[in-house]
Amino acid sequence: MTRLYAAACLIVVALSAPFWEVSAQEQPDSCVACHQNFGDDRLGKPVKEFASDIHSTRGFGCVACHGGDANDPGMGAMDRAKGYIGKPARKELAQLCGRCHSDARFMRQYNPSLRVDQVAEYYTSVHGQRLSRNGDEKVAVCVSCHPAHSIRPPSDPRSSIHPLKVAETCGRCHADAKTMEPYKIATDQLGKYRESIHWRTMSVKGDLSAPTCNDCHGNHGAAPPGMSWVGNVCGQCHTVMAEFFAQSRHAKVFAQMGVPGCATCHSNHDIKETGDAMVSLEQPGVCVGCHTNQDNGGKVALQMRAALDSLSGEYNKAHAILLQAERAGMEVSQAQFELNGAKDALVKGRAAVHTFSVEAISKETLPGLEIAKKAYARGLRVLDELEFRRKGLAVSLIIILALIVGVVLKIRQMERKKKAE
Amino acid sequence: MAADATKPRGKLWSWLDERVGLADLEKLAKKKQIPVHRHMVWYYLGGMTLFLFVIQVMSGILLLLYYRPSAEEAYESVQFLMAEVQFGWLVRSIHAWSSNLMIFTLFVHLFSVLMLKAYRPPREITWFSGMGLLGLALGFGFTGYLLPWNELAFFATKVGTEIPGVIPLVGPFFRRLLRGGDEVTGATLTRFYGIHVAILPALTMLALGLHLFMVQKHGMSTPPGVERQGGEKRVMPFFPNFFLRDLVGWLSAVAALAALAAYFPVELGQKADPFQPAPIGIKPEWYFMFMFQTLKYLPAEILWIEGEILGVLGFGLGGLFLLMVPFLDRRTARGEPSQLFAWIGIGIIGYILVLTYLGYTVSPTK
Repeated sequence: MTRLYAAACLIVVALSAPFWEVSAQEQPDSCVACHQNFGDDRLGKPVKEFASDIHSTRGFGCVACHGGDANDPGMGAMDRAKGYIGKPARKELAQLCGRCHSDARFMRQYNPSLRVDQVAEYYTSVHGQRLSRNGDEKVAVCVSCHPAHSIRPPSDPRSSIHPLKVAETCGRCHADAKTMEPYKIATDQLGKYRESIHWRTMSVKGDLSAPTCNDCHGNHGAAPPGMSWVGNVCGQCHTVMAEFFAQSRHAKVFAQMGVPGCATCHSNHDIKETGDAMVSLEQPGVCVGCHTNQDNGGKVALQMRAALDSLSGEYNKAHAILLQAERAGMEVSQAQFELNGAKDALVKGRAAVHTFSVEAISKETLPGLEIAKKAYARGLRVLDELEFRRKGLAVSLIIILALIVGVVLKIRQMERKKKAE
Repeated sequence: MAADATKPRGKLWSWLDERVGLADLEKLAKKKQIPVHRHMVWYYLGGMTLFLFVIQVMSGILLLLYYRPSAEEAYESVQFLMAEVQFGWLVRSIHAWSSNLMIFTLFVHLFSVLMLKAYRPPREITWFSGMGLLGLALGFGFTGYLLPWNELAFFATKVGTEIPGVIPLVGPFFRRLLRGGDEVTGATLTRFYGIHVAILPALTMLALGLHLFMVQKHGMSTPPGVERQGGEKRVMPFFPNFFLRDLVGWLSAVAALAALAAYFPVELGQKADPFQPAPIGIKPEWYFMFMFQTLKYLPAEILWIEGEILGVLGFGLGGLFLLMVPFLDRRTARGEPSQLFAWIGIGIIGYILVLTYLGYTVSPTK
């Protein structure tokens, strides 16, 4: 079959020689000329796709990966003696790409900030390990995530590795039960991730810095984070919480129990938006999994929740009254600005939950309570002032109306008097 | 300077009369008479505008006690005035609302004079000084709008000062002169403040003095239609009969201002941040809306000339036309009926009303 294609290709090349001879001076790449004119989509597609590939835009042609001689207008272009390697084998791909991508001096000419350790990292990944040790060619290789002939930079929304596309790219294999069946790996990660707060932050709020697969698992060195690493992974973004947790009694207990730090309460792929309700001995609380209201931990949980509820309640009350005053046209922007201090305290108090210490939470929430109470008192005063204004207006209108009536009566009296004269 | 011998006066009257000439003033006030006819309601508009101007001056002086004219402090000083100073909210709200009412009554006054042809000889100078006062009032509005240094005012001023900049040759210079630089900055605020509280009031005093003098000299104009009807000419003494009627209008205006200030206190909004993008739907004050909306409808180019330039020149020529009406309307000057200028007046009023309506109802992106 291959010979038949080669013969057909040769005929097409020969027949079109008078035409491409002229254009060859402008476009000397015989690979493109032949693959474009052959008419077989399987041969033409790579050429079409490659036109917008980042390598093509930087001046690289087919021979950069496939070898051969693009200046040779005939079948000699695909001469193995000229380095032609045809379609690279999957197991050799990492080395092939690494010829350039692992060469710091070479890469510096095109993108000095691009890392050059992808190949080394790849061989530390589960994918790379299975490929090199077990010879498993079904595992992901470079082109699994960076489709050959249509590679685009991650900033390009059409790229398979754009933040919004990463989960889909990984999910092509990891959400496919048939592909994952030999590895006995769950395939619900993509579905769970798309229910998570991280995906919602990225896809709905448009915050591309929100984490996707590679932010926790790595990309070229992709592997499941070890149980003890989970905290480090989450701590890359949730720094304060990770520090609090590392110093808490739960860090040791969880380690002894052999359960991961963050994921025990927050789960992993389907991380939901957190809320004060999580600190509870009733569903959907997470403390209820280990504690009851009889044990010391359960009592601490209840106290922590009470501290948060207290500040959150006072904050909401103050916020509502200031909003009411603002909608009535009162100037409360300074009070609203000061109330932000209570909100900050609430945020800090919620972060301090990871210390599992009532004292640490109260240290944050008590100043916030003071601010919220002051703001609420301010709101009450402003509403009183509003009431005063309305009453003042009523009194003023009565006085003005009386004056108007007086002046009108005076005019009538004057004009009656003049008529009488 | 002796007082009217027929009228017994108190000691205080006599004391003051000897020093300031009260009897002369009384004679002057009694001499002034107001024609009585079916259109006389329009005579109240001038006095109402003057009354609102006096409120502007008084409330403005009170605002000066707290306002600090710099980009760093302007917003905070107004915020302090609104939230902390006793009745500060009332002073600012009355200042802002009475400015709007004043410009409204000024427009109605202008068009009533135009429609009743009160500009005809010998009142051309009264008309010119009145047009000058309209320009000054719009200047007060434009410069005062920026002073709280909030987001809306900042971006509206940015757009507003951009518009005269399109005038060929002098535009860029005029824009720099207005802004005190290439951009709207703290320098613009300080400049607008100076114009608002010193330059415009001084010019207004001159124009207003001239206007009132001319009104006093020539008296109220009787509309040509009423004059042509003939019959007995009825009049009313200005003082106290017309003055007391004026007073009823002024008291009603005070009541309206108090209600507006109590129920719709002027908002302050967000502090201006030059580094933020302009919010969607930036709008100028309502009295500039018809011009703003017209410029939005003009195509980018009309006959190889930039649409905006033509628009600005068009408004300039329109203003000049309105100013020169006493000289252009020759029929009215000769005492003949002149329907053309009445229809032109109706056309201008209709145009302003429709474009203003569209400015507030059409999507800001259209």
